[in-house]
Amino acid sequence: MTCRELVEFLMSYLEHELPEAQRAEFERHLGICPPCLAYLETYKETIRLGKAICQCADDAVPNDVPEALVQAILAARRQSG
Amino acid sequence: MSPAGGPVGEPEEETALISALRAGEDAAFEKLVRCYSARLLAVARRMLQDEDDARDAVQEAFLSAFRGIDSFRADSRVSTWLHRIVVNTCLMKLRSRRRRPETSIEDLLPRYLEDGHHADAPVEWSEAPESALEREEVRTLVHTSIGQLPETYRTVLLLRDIEELDTEETARMLGVSANAIKIRLHRARQALRGLLDPHMREAR
Repeated sequence: MTCRELVEFLMSYLEHELPEAQRAEFERHLGICPPCLAYLETYKETIRLGKAICQCADDAVPNDVPEALVQAILAARRQSG
Repeated sequence: MSPAGGPVGEPEEETALISALRAGEDAAFEKLVRCYSARLLAVARRMLQDEDDARDAVQEAFLSAFRGIDSFRADSRVSTWLHRIVVNTCLMKLRSRRRRPETSIEDLLPRYLEDGHHADAPVEWSEAPESALEREEVRTLVHTSIGQLPETYRTVLLLRDIEELDTEETARMLGVSANAIKIRLHRARQALRGLLDPHMREAR
């Protein structure tokens, strides 16, 4: 398995979708290739950071609703009957 | 009825809210809007990357939620139900927008030598994710980078990784195959990684 193939299969690997033989090859390559290991780690960290940061932003602003928006929604509902 | 923000907590409270909405009570509608609009606005801002469009989408979502109140199933949560509605509203808005030519993400994907080895060897990032998360600079970087992804990729990344829809549901919503979603998601994550990489290598 080359580095290019490893990166191609990375998502399937993380989702446990690789057939056993391919999975073993994937892991053997990871064990001897620090750049691919670094790629795997930073790929996982990208997902983690995106999730965590959007989650934090959603939790941090429970009251940060522009009053103008609330009023516009209430008015639109009255109009639509 | 308290006008305070934040989702309605208890299931009984939700049931009461839904009955009041079905009865057409104005106060219940206002409560729904005040409790949930901040979260829905955050979702819409991420998906549409435009404040006016995001506000329009939230407004439309509440109106269609109200019109569709009879379709609300007792076994789901109000927050989940509204979340799906706003995501759908945003997708409709994206479809109706004039398509701008999208920039290529090729430059953000890893490059390889002819023999399949990395052309630029990836290295690990210098900071642990926990401490990176605490820095405003990193939070801004991640938000901005998601915003820089071409729409096709950003939408899939948001629906799958951030809004946590599954592959099948995302495929249905976007009208493409599950396999196309998988390919796009992998490319989107790689592109986002490519945008973060130069900053995260030398963080601090």
